[in-house]
Amino acid sequence: MAPAASTKTTSKVIQPVSTRRKIIMGIVFLAFAAITLLVFLPKTPADLKTSFALTPGGLTRGAVENWVVNSRQTLMIISILTILLGIYQLIRGFGHRANAILGLVALMFLFAFLTFAAKGKSVNIGGLISSSLSLAVPIILGAYSGILCERSGIVNIGIEGMMLMGALVGALVGSVTKSPWIGLLGSILSGMLLALVLAWLSIKYKINQIITGTVINIFGTGMTSFISAKFMQTNEALNNTPMFTRVPIPLLADIPFIGPILFNNNLFIYGTILVAIILQVALFSTRWGLRLRAVGEHPKAADTLGINVFKTRYMGTLLGGMVAGFAGGYFTLGSVGRFDEMMTAGKGFIGLAAMIFGNWNPIGAFGAGMLFGFADAFGSKLSILGSVVPPQFMAMLPYIITMVVLAGLIGKGHAPAAEGTPYEKE
Amino acid sequence: MSEEPSKKQDLGKAVLEEIAPKNNKKTGKRRPFGRALVIPLLAVFSGLVLGAILIIVTDMEVYAAFGQSFGAGIKAAFNSVVVAYGALLRSAFGDPARIIAALEGGDALEIRRAFNPFLESLVVSTPYIFAGLAVAVGFRSGLFNIGVEGQLFIGAAAATFVGYTLKGLPAIIHLPLALLAGAAGGALWGFIPGLLKAKTGAHEVINTIMLNWIAFRLTDWLLAGPMRRPTSGGMPITPEVEPSAMLPQFFGAPIRFHLGFIIALLVAWLIWFLLFKTTWGFNLRTVGANPHAAKYGGMNIVKSTVIAMSLSGALAGLAGANQVLGITHSMAMGLSSGYGYDSIALALLGNSSPLGVVLASLLFGFLRNGATQMMVATKIPIDIISIIQAFIIVFIAAPALIRAIFRIKAEKADETVFVRGWGG
Repeated sequence: MAPAASTKTTSKVIQPVSTRRKIIMGIVFLAFAAITLLVFLPKTPADLKTSFALTPGGLTRGAVENWVVNSRQTLMIISILTILLGIYQLIRGFGHRANAILGLVALMFLFAFLTFAAKGKSVNIGGLISSSLSLAVPIILGAYSGILCERSGIVNIGIEGMMLMGALVGALVGSVTKSPWIGLLGSILSGMLLALVLAWLSIKYKINQIITGTVINIFGTGMTSFISAKFMQTNEALNNTPMFTRVPIPLLADIPFIGPILFNNNLFIYGTILVAIILQVALFSTRWGLRLRAVGEHPKAADTLGINVFKTRYMGTLLGGMVAGFAGGYFTLGSVGRFDEMMTAGKGFIGLAAMIFGNWNPIGAFGAGMLFGFADAFGSKLSILGSVVPPQFMAMLPYIITMVVLAGLIGKGHAPAAEGTPYEKE
Repeated sequence: MSEEPSKKQDLGKAVLEEIAPKNNKKTGKRRPFGRALVIPLLAVFSGLVLGAILIIVTDMEVYAAFGQSFGAGIKAAFNSVVVAYGALLRSAFGDPARIIAALEGGDALEIRRAFNPFLESLVVSTPYIFAGLAVAVGFRSGLFNIGVEGQLFIGAAAATFVGYTLKGLPAIIHLPLALLAGAAGGALWGFIPGLLKAKTGAHEVINTIMLNWIAFRLTDWLLAGPMRRPTSGGMPITPEVEPSAMLPQFFGAPIRFHLGFIIALLVAWLIWFLLFKTTWGFNLRTVGANPHAAKYGGMNIVKSTVIAMSLSGALAGLAGANQVLGITHSMAMGLSSGYGYDSIALALLGNSSPLGVVLASLLFGFLRNGATQMMVATKIPIDIISIIQAFIIVFIAAPALIRAIFRIKAEKADETVFVRGWGG
């Protein structure tokens, strides 16, 4: 475990935060505060209250009373906190934690917006967080698929195709065997199979990995639509899989607020949290992770030290494919119970975005995925509350944030250095 | 173009290296034209063979026949492919017997019906030509534009908007205006990632993917709100464009063949002229082939990247405008059947040359139009075309695979591809 500790911070040291970026970030914080103060506050009468329900609908374990706040005071508190953070950012700077603070500020802003939009009304914040988590699951897993592939040096833009395939195979196998477990196994294997194609074409034939990923997307879309149209639409018995049901964890599910949201879910949500923890530990605190990252950063050096670059890349990509297949299984086995054409609806690409926003780190990607899932859930909540902001614009947010991050306006990510480059053994 | 070998190649350059016919370094001779065609033809052939295998293994009657005897199974398998590809060919080119009968009969409507499959294939090819050119221009300038789909949607929305808001203009002004609006919309959507790439180094692949999704959401919103037809009863569809903005059709119903195809050919020629006969095009290609050499030569890489992405986007926007003004006459979300991804296959298949792209587009247009009717006749889903396309791209992008299958000798040893990720 010792060698890992010294390498943990290298990416941070290489990328010092520039002054310009620091200032832009501070201004962004202040802009959030300004909107809260100048737009929301004047339109909020002093006597209105916003009532937040804290338990997702339909659950009784760990239920708590509604949390009622004064709308105006809440807006004041949030804007003051944001201003303080903005001033600190402008003067001292949060350094490499700035992205996390940005997430926090964005969350506070969303909370302010919710308080404003639901003034005098009630909004179920527990249900909102719970549905954010469900919506975030495929995004987070998609990001992990990307992280595993790209940390080993293989660019994977075929996550969407792998997910679709996983979803289809999960539904098909689950329907035939009447077992969600075997269906899930099918999902994972199908994702792995496509990843094998990606790895094989990229490593053996050295095809441009972006083209290979595109091929996997085209093939995944075509093949799943073909099978669905040919067999599953004509024979409903093939598209009616049993699903993983809600399994409350004893004791933990009774914790107020957190219990119903986190510990009263199906396998996929527990699985995602588990994968997050395992991946974070494995990547940064084990010899395995060090080797994987070494191959992605500097394959020649890794090879010199006796690490088998090709084997490591195959392993990283196959694991990534398995995670993508698992994510695909979520759509059919954990969420809907049947396969529909194009049902992943770009979640694989948002996963890619979450990976970049999370700076190729499991914890960061988890946060980014949650934020994107929240934006999604928030969008549909807004249309119910009848807000001025169209839900489509909320849905655009993840993509816009990714572009802003990529452009280096608010902290530049650090991609694995050797990513996308086929390795030639001399 | 520079002959200087560079180990640190850019993504686009790598693609270009892989697909562009370049001078043979050892002998200084150009690769013969026939040799250049071998790989694409074999790739298409292999793709069709794999498609045939898929048709066979998903045909339940074949399994039933194999249950009877091996010979019957082989026969059923063969039959299944012949029926499917036969239907595909007939509906792509038209049924010769029907054409002859119609000509003999002399009934104008029947003649039009008999010739319709062929002309319809040309109609289907038209957006492919624009979209394929869009990716090809990107490849030639060292850029990978995955954002054709989004640029197409924005272009279509812009063309539709100009098409139905301006009223009372003569067609000679209105139609070009609507087409230009389409091109401008697409160009804007290409300009953004171009500028970001040139100024910040943000990789155009990820940015164009993100812009695709932003474009989908934006059109979603436009169709549901500001641009919705007032009489649509909540359906997300725009008003119909004015007749003066429609691309004129040459024949009566049911033939939909319209001016767009001819415009596409003209644009393809124009792109060829721009890329290969002007200094400007030379600059573009040089930046694509070797940015370092281009920089030393005093070329403006920032300008070239931005212009190339904008031009690429404009072509994609024209594809969208062509669909709206030529066929649907109003815009709905079902506008594109995945032209964005198909166009990558087209550019690869067509060697990123305008003529190649036109030929590849015709191939795809005939395949897709044929498959639409094949689906009606044989219940084989049209998605088989996407699967065949995926195989074709793999074979084009990995000539080594084709060589291994068909045992063709490699003509040059240095075909390795270097691709950069999007981090730095």
